[in-house]
Amino acid sequence: MSRVVRAGALSVRWEPRAAAVGVGLLAVGLAAAVFVVGTGDFPISAPEVVRALVGQGDQATTFIVTELRLPRAAVGLLAGLALGISGAIFQSMSRNPLGSPDLIGFTTGASTGALLQILVFGGGTLAIAAGSVAGAVGTAAAVYALSYRGGGVSGHRLVLIGVGAAAMLEAANSYLITRAELREAYEAAFWLTGSLNNRGWEHAAPLGWALAVLVPLALAYGRRLTMGELGDDAAQALGVPVQRSRAVLVAVGVGLTAVSATAVGPVPFVALVAPQLARRLTRRTGPHLMSAGLMGAALLSVGDLISLKLPVAVPVGVVTGALGGLYLVWLLAATGRKGTT
Amino acid sequence: MSTPVREAPVRKEPVRAAAALGRAGGLLILAGALVAAMAASLAIGAENIPLGRVVDGLLHPDGSREALIVQDLRVPRTLLGVVVGASLGLAGALMQALTRNPLAEPGLLGVNGGAAFAVVLVIAFLDTRTSLVYVWAAFAGAAGAAVLVYAVGSYGRAGATPGRLVLAGAALNAVFSALTAGVMLLDPRTFDGFRFWQVGSLASRDLEVVAQLGPFMLAGAVLGLLLARPLNALALGEDAGRALGVSPARTRALGALAIVVLCGSATAAAGPIWFLGLAVPFMVRSLVGPDQRWVLPYSLLLAPVLLLAADIAGRVVARPGELETGIVTAFVGAPVFIWMVRRGKAPKQ
Amino acid sequence: MNRLVARDLTLAYEQRVVAEGLGVEVPDGSFTVIVGPNGCGKSTLLRALARLLKPREGAVFLDGEPILGQPAKQVARRVGLLPQQPVTPDGITVADLVARGRYPYQRLLRQWSREDERAVAAAMEAVGVTELADRVVDELSGGQRQRVWLALVLAQETPIMLLDEPTTFLDIAHQIEVLDLCSRLHEEGRTLVAVLHDLNHACRYATHLIAMRGGEIVAQGRPSDIVTAELVERVFGLPCRIIDCPETGTPLVVPADRRKALTAGML
Repeated sequence: MSRVVRAGALSVRWEPRAAAVGVGLLAVGLAAAVFVVGTGDFPISAPEVVRALVGQGDQATTFIVTELRLPRAAVGLLAGLALGISGAIFQSMSRNPLGSPDLIGFTTGASTGALLQILVFGGGTLAIAAGSVAGAVGTAAAVYALSYRGGGVSGHRLVLIGVGAAAMLEAANSYLITRAELREAYEAAFWLTGSLNNRGWEHAAPLGWALAVLVPLALAYGRRLTMGELGDDAAQALGVPVQRSRAVLVAVGVGLTAVSATAVGPVPFVALVAPQLARRLTRRTGPHLMSAGLMGAALLSVGDLISLKLPVAVPVGVVTGALGGLYLVWLLAATGRKGTT
Repeated sequence: MSTPVREAPVRKEPVRAAAALGRAGGLLILAGALVAAMAASLAIGAENIPLGRVVDGLLHPDGSREALIVQDLRVPRTLLGVVVGASLGLAGALMQALTRNPLAEPGLLGVNGGAAFAVVLVIAFLDTRTSLVYVWAAFAGAAGAAVLVYAVGSYGRAGATPGRLVLAGAALNAVFSALTAGVMLLDPRTFDGFRFWQVGSLASRDLEVVAQLGPFMLAGAVLGLLLARPLNALALGEDAGRALGVSPARTRALGALAIVVLCGSATAAAGPIWFLGLAVPFMVRSLVGPDQRWVLPYSLLLAPVLLLAADIAGRVVARPGELETGIVTAFVGAPVFIWMVRRGKAPKQ
Repeated sequence: MNRLVARDLTLAYEQRVVAEGLGVEVPDGSFTVIVGPNGCGKSTLLRALARLLKPREGAVFLDGEPILGQPAKQVARRVGLLPQQPVTPDGITVADLVARGRYPYQRLLRQWSREDERAVAAAMEAVGVTELADRVVDELSGGQRQRVWLALVLAQETPIMLLDEPTTFLDIAHQIEVLDLCSRLHEEGRTLVAVLHDLNHACRYATHLIAMRGGEIVAQGRPSDIVTAELVERVFGLPCRIIDCPETGTPLVVPADRRKALTAGML
């Protein structure tokens, strides 16, 4: 049940359960991040990591923690946050638990852009980042424009056209991979799987700045998104400018997808799974962007920790892909039993 | 009261017969087109060989360079194109009829992902270079994935609704690709072997592949064609179908079996070929209408024509190299798919 | 002048023109019902009145101003709509769904005022779903669900309410229940505009009837003034007799028994 805080004409609503879940997820994400920082050729215990983070550790440890390993953990948390929120936006808009940006081509487009930079133009880190942002944004613009018909975009059509675009881009990616030198192609394939290896502050800082703009924007539009779930007609009758809101939300969602893909590559499933899990934990209806974001951060952090602790070195994308698959099968089975889509 | 009712079909009969004649004629024309495409596929390539020499090379294998090219490279490739195309076209038509979903397509339903995963496992863990092992692994993987997608997508009361199947396929494809990536990245050797398999192609397969998989495809095709009548009845809805004396469960099971055999062996033989199975039945339905007795054979004949055309196009546009068939079909097929969704051919979920 | 007025509307979906030069005034305080055969443009007209469809030409005026030029939330405080096929979010409770009707009154830092609370409680009370407040909407019967959606529109507290086929998919008892409720809302002083399929229901409840055919208004006025056998024949192509309803005294359409004529002709 929700509680209301009022002061004069102002009133704010909050839900104790959702708040508790949020705090819990944040704690899980941060704890996993601390262990991620502690893992490596030179293991550092969790208390030591914390001491180094608050400026109480010895010099060598502090250097390893803050300069070498912290960026990786930060990128994991931030990219997870971005993925969770963008997933919640697109799932709510398409009214479909499977309508997440990794299935509707945006992430694939980011990969195509990055592959072109890695394999064709031989660009550096910055160029790869620019390529993947351009790829995601370009794909989204094309999918959005193609879904536009009769004065508006239906969420359902957006998903299906996205699935088609994804297949085409997938073929383009395969083509690029087969035409490249083995060494370069192998490196590109790592990027394609989604990996947090060798992330520095030069990755974490821009990601942080981008989220500082995009996340508040997403949250501000969150209520319109909630209203949109009543159907376009009802939402519009209640005073939501449906098409304009949808355009802004698509832009924000694509931005979040693009910056996270730039930072960690196309990590599968976090965007798909995080909103669903968050919804089940908070037992709320509606898109609840913040809980989805925190769930995404926790998932990616924990996934990274698992990938680091496995006996064979695999990129984090393999871990999230495998876990996400199990979840998906369960989700489809569960909705099937209920008899809904 | 009964007079006008009885009169109508009598008057229509000649019209119907004419339409049937037209459709049968269309089938003949398609068969002719297929022969022409096969001839073109034998003649056109990095080195163009005049048709006369092609025939000479086939009838009198004199060991000349051109005869060898035709015999060892182009004949297997062309035959492969025919059987793979026919299988994918028919499988696509069956899939769409069975799910009552014009967007269903073997590739979208996880077949490619499953085959890829099986192949990468073979490359990584079995020390083999025999292409037939890859073929059988891909066959098993494709069949397993298709069964899984159908099971997940049709589980429960909601049944195999179009939206659920497409999305279950897309999702499981993503799962398989994550697992495939995990195995593929274990070492560069595995990666190198796999990256060339993952683009569907008709090139460099030998006749043995056609010989081994051919019987499966033939069986699948016969089974599929026999389902035309029950599928027509089911097109009216499950209850109406049952009222007409068709068992929906049996038809669906047999149809699924035919699809798995057809597209499993096609993917095993040529690797993932996107969108052929989607676009062909769609084009066919706009030609001959919804009657499965025509849709299925038309798809069977039209798909290999288009696949061979795509293969030839891939050889011509990137001379002296070539563009893999799978890439050409994805780049031609995806726009067709998108156009269909825009036209509102997509069913509501 | 009346508050909700449409002038010279040309309404079209993509290429298909549904109506041209259509003008209509909704009398203030009326229960206006639009009837007509399938595809006559009645729902399209309602969508235009609700500003869901932008007219190709002409305009809808609310309080003398073009409705499309006015801020969305301000319009939403004056005109409410019950869509034909409302989408109920999965797992939402009755209270939460009705509360969403308060959106036009809310802002980032005015998320839930006492006014909102009162309006939602009153709306649920008015349609009799207060006891269902914590139930999940998906689990309710069709009639209950329609009442909950009506409560959402009521919570919006608009003087004008548009209802697009509010009785579709309901059984006869629930149809009457919903229409009785609408009638009560009208008597409390609201202006209602509804699209209805059933001509007899329209005659029974409407104070102002608009009969459409082929994108044009064939007749409008009080049902007892305009509903005649000729009108029904002209609008629906249905030969019939009109009698007085023994219950309400409003016109009752009784279709002619064409089977007799057919049998007679055959012999």
